[in-house]
Amino acid sequence: MSDQRHGPVDPASAAGWTDNQPRKGFFTDTSICIGCKACEVACKEWNGVPEDGLNLLGSSYDNTGALGASTWRHVAFIEQPANTAVSSAGPVSLGMPSSVLPGAGSDGESRTDFRWLMSSDVCKHCTSAACLDVCPTGSLFRTEFGTVVVQEDICNGCGYCVPACPFGVIDRRIGEQGTKNVGIAQKCTLCYDRLGAGQTPACAQACPTESIQYGDLDELRDRAHGRVEQLHAAGVPQARLYLDDPADGIGGGGALFLLLDEPEVYGLPPDPVATTRDLPQMWKNAGMAALGLLAAAAAAFAGGRR
Amino acid sequence: MVPDAEFTSYYGRPVLKAAPWSTDIPAYLFLGGVAGGSSLLAAGADLTNRPSLRRVARLGALTGITLSFGALVHDLGKPSRFVNMLRVAKLTSPMSTGTWILTAYGPGAGLAGGAEIATLLGGTGLLPRWTRPLARLLDALARPAGIGAAVLGSAVASYTAVLLSDTATPSWHEAHRELPFVFVGSAASASGGLGLLGASLADSGPARRLAVTGALVELAAEHRMEQSLGLAAEPLREGVAGKFMRASKILTGCGALLALAARRSRLASAASGAALLAGSACTRFGIFEAGQASARDPKYTIVPQRERVEARRRADAAKLRP
Ligand code: SF4
Repeated sequence: MSDQRHGPVDPASAAGWTDNQPRKGFFTDTSICIGCKACEVACKEWNGVPEDGLNLLGSSYDNTGALGASTWRHVAFIEQPANTAVSSAGPVSLGMPSSVLPGAGSDGESRTDFRWLMSSDVCKHCTSAACLDVCPTGSLFRTEFGTVVVQEDICNGCGYCVPACPFGVIDRRIGEQGTKNVGIAQKCTLCYDRLGAGQTPACAQACPTESIQYGDLDELRDRAHGRVEQLHAAGVPQARLYLDDPADGIGGGGALFLLLDEPEVYGLPPDPVATTRDLPQMWKNAGMAALGLLAAAAAAFAGGRR
Repeated sequence: MVPDAEFTSYYGRPVLKAAPWSTDIPAYLFLGGVAGGSSLLAAGADLTNRPSLRRVARLGALTGITLSFGALVHDLGKPSRFVNMLRVAKLTSPMSTGTWILTAYGPGAGLAGGAEIATLLGGTGLLPRWTRPLARLLDALARPAGIGAAVLGSAVASYTAVLLSDTATPSWHEAHRELPFVFVGSAASASGGLGLLGASLADSGPARRLAVTGALVELAAEHRMEQSLGLAAEPLREGVAGKFMRASKILTGCGALLALAARRSRLASAASGAALLAGSACTRFGIFEAGQASARDPKYTIVPQRERVEARRRADAAKLRP
């Protein structure tokens, strides 16, 4: 059995693949996301993901809510008072209806003190994937592309991956009997079927602004660093990368993000950790406790009749 | 008290998903503890010739493990696929390791419990003649099987702490140092309690001692856990979890005191045993519910993580300064 806890640079070969492909992933550049939700729709359509509730959530344009068993892409919308530093850089036009011709009022005065953050969230396909580590059936596995996928015919719905994921991505599907894959864990597969055929995942294919970029992870990481530098140079000091560091708590993500505010603003954990990293220590403590119990029981019998 | 933490979140929504587990799982934790501890008591009682303690402990272990196994399977999204647990053995998965521990433990506890049932039925004269050799075989196997179950029982009682701690659920993970001790303490006090409930006064001495030791360990480890949890201790004091935890402390504390005081009274011993059992169950439900609450409130995820990030930032800045 391969040990993937320590985030090897190439998780696919660590998982035993010998003919593995270059590691594939996503780079989601939220600075050019327009919140069209084409990714959400394309994902649902391609993967046959059932409906996940039709509600108005009262959170800007986000009526999807969160990632889950039947939501594999989720576009977050955050309305914020504008940060002057961003305004001076010239925000990307959102194409919102206004009384002037689009682009006509791009000088400083005509801008409102409001900014809209949008970001399409997805499974991070972690290098140290807690969901995969804790899966007791081997249903969750590492593909030859370095991604993390549930084998739906093996999962027995124990639900352990759900609290293990530090991002709250994966969930057990609930629904009426007969719903596709009800009772088992579901999440983004990075379109494993499309990758196998040399295709781009549905969400990246559908994204009209290339906010979602798909490709070899190494190349995406370089591209992400370049983009952040570009934005910094253009006067957007808030631009930052998320999950690009292989030394972080999950060994770096297979999905990277460029964010314009702290991760928690987007509903992302600021310092995610795959808890399986502490597992050797945990087993040691449990072993000591078990020995203590044995000793206590022995002592209980050593102490005479009453 | 921890001051109210300031933090940003996405519309107050949770960052994490709470485990999709029903009350089957805390029941499983409790019953597994009763089973593991009882196997220890049963083996000891068998070796030191305390028949009434041996009987209740063996039957307790058999019942406990059967019910807890049932709860585990019942909680699966696809119970019919339980056997898929046995297609791999993964040390990185406490659920896989635990399933193998249970699989190894079950037959021993089952044999010992079966032998006890055979003896009980044999005493009633209800068993047909031809089963006698079978009963004798069971009887001969019961001791080695029971000793095996006792050793593995300690693992059954402790591994469940790792099961909870190896998750991103704040109040479970942050407790990973103390939780195994809370859980074995709870298992010892519950199984000791069962012994006090069911064994004669002449036989119940070891159960009493194990129960009291277990109660003390549980209370002490629980106290330490609350100290070291920081913000993640809050859910242990609030809501349903808080109620369970307070009940657990009272029941466990009073049960242990009564067990000490009631050495000469069968009835009072039984009452102390019942209190200890109830206290142990409350501990499991309390810790389970506290974890679930800590996953549902983004505060427990974001605040400590933000603190870690800021601490690293400060350290980096300090390094840069000449
Ligand atoms: S983000 Fe969660 S579900 Fe996705 S690979 Fe990482 S741990 Fe697994």
